[in-house]
Amino acid sequence: MQQFLESFLPAGPLVVFVFSIIPLMIILVYALFAIWLERKVAGHMQDRLGPMRTGWHGWAQTIADLLKMIQKEDIVPAKADRFLFKLAPFIAFAASYGAFVAIPLSSGYIGSMIDVGVFYIVAITSLLSVSIIMAGWASNNKWSLLGAMRTAAQTVSYEVPTVVTILSVIIVTGTLNLMEVTEMQTGNAFLGFLPSWLIFHSPFMVIAFGLFFIATLAEAHRVPFDLPESESELVGGYQTEYSGMRWGLFMLTEYADMLLLSLVGVTLFFGGWNSPFGSFMEGPLWGAFWMLLKGMILVFVMMWLRWTLPRLRVDQLMNLCWKYLIPLSFVNLVLIALWEMIF
Amino acid sequence: MTDVKEKGPEVTLTLPADTGNGLKTQEMIINMGPQHPSTHGVLRMELTLNGEIVTKAIPHIGYLHRCFEKHSEAMNDYAKVIPYVDRMDYVAAMNNELGYAIAMERLMDIRVNDRVEYIRVIMAELQRVASHLLAIGTFGLDIGAFTPFLYCFIEREKILDIFEKASGARLLYNYIWIGGLMNDVPADFKSDTAAFVKSFRPKIKELNDLLSMNRIFIDRTANIGVLPEKVAINYGVSGPSLRGSGVKWDLRRDDPYSIYDRFEFDVIVGKGEMGTLGDCWDRYIVRVWEMEESLKIIEQALDSMPDDGDVQEAIPKKIRPPAGEIYCRTETPRGELGYYIISDKSTSPYRIKARAPSFVNLSVLPAISIGAMVADMVAIIGSIDIVLGEVDR
Amino acid sequence: MKTTEELHRLLSAQFGDETCELKPDEKVEPWIVVKPEVIRDVAKFLRDEDGLRFDCLMCLSGVHYQKENELGVTYHLFSTSEKHKLALKVIMPEDNAQLPSVEQIWKTADWYEREAFDMFGIRFDGHPDPRRILCPDDWEGHPLRKDYQVQEFYRGMKVEY
Repeated sequence: MQQFLESFLPAGPLVVFVFSIIPLMIILVYALFAIWLERKVAGHMQDRLGPMRTGWHGWAQTIADLLKMIQKEDIVPAKADRFLFKLAPFIAFAASYGAFVAIPLSSGYIGSMIDVGVFYIVAITSLLSVSIIMAGWASNNKWSLLGAMRTAAQTVSYEVPTVVTILSVIIVTGTLNLMEVTEMQTGNAFLGFLPSWLIFHSPFMVIAFGLFFIATLAEAHRVPFDLPESESELVGGYQTEYSGMRWGLFMLTEYADMLLLSLVGVTLFFGGWNSPFGSFMEGPLWGAFWMLLKGMILVFVMMWLRWTLPRLRVDQLMNLCWKYLIPLSFVNLVLIALWEMIF
Repeated sequence: MTDVKEKGPEVTLTLPADTGNGLKTQEMIINMGPQHPSTHGVLRMELTLNGEIVTKAIPHIGYLHRCFEKHSEAMNDYAKVIPYVDRMDYVAAMNNELGYAIAMERLMDIRVNDRVEYIRVIMAELQRVASHLLAIGTFGLDIGAFTPFLYCFIEREKILDIFEKASGARLLYNYIWIGGLMNDVPADFKSDTAAFVKSFRPKIKELNDLLSMNRIFIDRTANIGVLPEKVAINYGVSGPSLRGSGVKWDLRRDDPYSIYDRFEFDVIVGKGEMGTLGDCWDRYIVRVWEMEESLKIIEQALDSMPDDGDVQEAIPKKIRPPAGEIYCRTETPRGELGYYIISDKSTSPYRIKARAPSFVNLSVLPAISIGAMVADMVAIIGSIDIVLGEVDR
Repeated sequence: MKTTEELHRLLSAQFGDETCELKPDEKVEPWIVVKPEVIRDVAKFLRDEDGLRFDCLMCLSGVHYQKENELGVTYHLFSTSEKHKLALKVIMPEDNAQLPSVEQIWKTADWYEREAFDMFGIRFDGHPDPRRILCPDDWEGHPLRKDYQVQEFYRGMKVEY
């Protein structure tokens, strides 16, 4: 990719710049689409139409909202910690944008071929909770603070099953570099026709994916684990005092986070940019298509759950994590390791 | 009956003044409302929190006080009070009107004909279904389930359409008058209502599948906000909240008014199926099954409703009740709505007092919310199903 | 199931004729007028005595009788087990409207007594939390009194508009 850019752009910083904003462009376009999709999904699940006025089936609704948000006054509460308050949304977005570096978007594009890709992603996304605690604390609002405390507890707890399930995949792949993980899943070897995705590798991988998906739902603060911003309990949680574009950045982060975690899931379990039909529809551009399509399917499932399920209570959330998910993921880890030893 | 001392579960929550590493802990007082998404209006709760656990809850009301009683005294016409009673419990306006009309008719000794009675009962029961739908929907919303809320609204909308055809209004009808009705129902009223009843029955099952039996929903509502029977009676709790505690008590059956004694229906009570008797889930499920009972009443009433009769024949030209006073109570979707009316033989009430069920039901909140978490608080408020317009009047 | 007349006979036997007085009303329901001093004892008796069992206070309302310069409190009682109703009244002079609270007997009275205080200025002795309930805490006057004059300014805001 870098060579391709260098072929028509003057070398140097510009190439690096263009190269590095590709994920940003994808995130922004995706966010516009995903927010529209969320509304449409919600609308159709609830027997209504969703936005219909702005363009064909309301496709421009998110753009209209964006314009509205930009025009809104940027309110900072009088007794807030101004510096932290203003900084928090940027750190939140930076954390999830930064994590895209290690995701192989197609066979021709990965931000950085770092060998500790997965480890890096896990590390940098935990910055997100820092920013949320920052936002909650700086707002000087008790509801925000409660939301921030919930986030801290939730993220710290759910990182454990996330990491352990990722670890069980790593046992199979033997590498932390996500590009290599994806390349291992090329081909249609299983049973002669199934793609060689890791999810088909062993029955325990299905369990691992289930655990991973539940944990990522909690990491992305999606229903039924959306306690940090649970609007019917904590007003808006850590977002309570935010308005205008700063709030928009949190929104963007939430959606970017959904995509990020879905893409990690896709890379680890569903063959990343690999086509499900072997060598049919393959190549770097098709790769990006498959990657994003698979990611969007997982994002859709997240939306589906959001509009179906109620919300857990904070202690039930912790119970679920520490009493069920963590033991299960460790047992699963051992079983996958045994499977690897035997077969 | 023994003295009721129970004040909810006994909790001993002591905070260490010092955690040992130099950090001090203290209780936090937080204002829940008046601008809060889940206080169903403008209720303010002053919560004392230990972490997220409520150690003390003080409701503050009055933000929606519209001087109903003072206005009614100054109205100079008993009939003009009806739009005001509409606005007390604005999601069950028909039931409020019915209560007021019955109280006035008893005071003035007016008999209305059967057609009026049947239409009133059908309207009141439709309104009960509509109000319960709203209560169920918003309760789900409080727990975090958004979709059932809109499913409920779709059904409620159909009821409002029926009301609109009859009265021209969708929320505040001014339809049931003292001695009659504002006007007769439209010709297709019977078929509309029958069609609604038919289409609505399967939706109750759908609602149960989607919300009532959802594992997360049960976990969030069972064993939460337990209201024991004796406490409920002592606090004067009424309606579905009382029946949720297992008290078989429904004014429609136990102190019949209008023509409710002509219908067959069950009084639904909570059984503690999912947890303790009298928890939030019980209060919720009572409302769900009560809709079914209301449908039964509507069906029976549609079958035996007479087709002729002037709905305005008993409306008095001048409303000037004899001196005297009356306390008359009816069952609204939220409980016992009583009107205490003192007449001094003039054209306006000397004193009119509405015993609003939400007001009394809400007063039990501090007693049952000790030891709950903030998220449970939301569930408890939702399960009591208050309408602030009625609490503050 | 007991009528108001029977209940009155029981009450006069227990508390004496002079404390409670039956007011028949041909039109609607009769009521019993009770002296303010004994209202708590009467309430406790009504709630706890076998065969009475008024376990439910349906309604508690303040009334201002302007012509007589009196304030009244009406208690509407009901028994869920015996299924009888009773209307009790307490009449007090306007300038000394004070009576014992029945909050300890029926919890319903907690908020209703606060409302009666708020709207009529009736003071309930022994109420655990005698604050205003509907009006703001620093509101002047008691709105439902017939001679109520609304204050001109509330915290610098003009009230009448």
